Amino acid sequence: MTSFHLAQVNIGRTVAPLDGPELADFVAQLPEINALAERSPGFVWRMVDDEGEDATGFRPDENDDMLLINCSVWESVEALRNFTYHTDHLRVLSRRREWFHRMVEAHQALWWIPAGHRPSIAEAMERVAMVREHGPGPLAFTFRDPYPAPATAAQV
Amino acid sequence: MRRRLYRHVAAAPGEVGRDAAAEAVGVSRSLAAFHLDKLVEAGLLAVSFRRLSGRTGPGAGRPAKVYRRAEGEHAASVPPRSYDAASRLLAEVVEKAGLDRELQAAAKAAGAAHPDAAAGDMVEVLRARGYQPFWDGETLRLHNCPFHALAEEFPALVCGMNLALLEGLAPEQWSPTMDPCRGGCCVALSKNQSH
Repeated sequence: MTSFHLAQVNIGRTVAPLDGPELADFVAQLPEINALAERSPGFVWRMVDDEGEDATGFRPDENDDMLLINCSVWESVEALRNFTYHTDHLRVLSRRREWFHRMVEAHQALWWIPAGHRPSIAEAMERVAMVREHGPGPLAFTFRDPYPAPATAAQV
Repeated sequence: MRRRLYRHVAAAPGEVGRDAAAEAVGVSRSLAAFHLDKLVEAGLLAVSFRRLSGRTGPGAGRPAKVYRRAEGEHAASVPPRSYDAASRLLAEVVEKAGLDRELQAAAKAAGAAHPDAAAGDMVEVLRARGYQPFWDGETLRLHNCPFHALAEEFPALVCGMNLALLEGLAPEQWSPTMDPCRGGCCVALSKNQSH
């Protein structure tokens, strides 16, 4: 049994308000892509706001009304990688610059959590900050520099 | 003939047995087997053993040797060139600069400007560009990604570029869409209903 799961966060600043015409295609595809994630092998959990559909109601930076957060939990790096790059999600991903500004600083992080744990926004933002400040490491890493799950006996 | 055998196996969506390969190329089974094994020795094909009959247990016979394209990449260039190193650097900069849409526009224009664009035989056009197309019902899927190593490293950027390139290349009765199939190319093509 796996006793660790992989948490994932990415943040992005939209080019326009969510209810505007620029983001219409993105918003329209959210339900389909979220459903695809949920039925993908290795999916565990995704963060949703009070509306209960997706996380577009959250603003992880209270001074930035255009910054969105996406956070989810998977059984393994491979499971998340498969969903991200080898499903229909790739179709949406390749259009990212139509909807989101490029970010100069790191805007995503992966980290291991004990199975059953549900990451908070604060925790997720802290992991993004770790990648920003120190680069990828065992506590916060990226697809390009993945780190293995802690040994089962180790304390987190 | 060895080249034709390689092409047949490499383009096949699954593993190929000796009989099927021999038949496809029009040579005897033993001659095909000889050359297939030479291709394995050279590292171009990989081999495994499988019972083609689907039977198991006593009387099912010995497992047959089946061949597939090897995972490794081989390129020959005289004098030596390393476009892969240059392309990786360029991709990294384009990604960091957020130039996805500019890259897609350039790829689409390059596809459309190619002499093969709007040519009649889409399968032949794709084959000539190394995509190794095969029919999956009404859909044309691509067994090979010509940008594989770069796409692994920069998937969003490079697969988006590849889709735009094929959109430019494909005559208008074709619709290329992002429909990733494992191990192959992320783009599939289908014919529009009106044609």
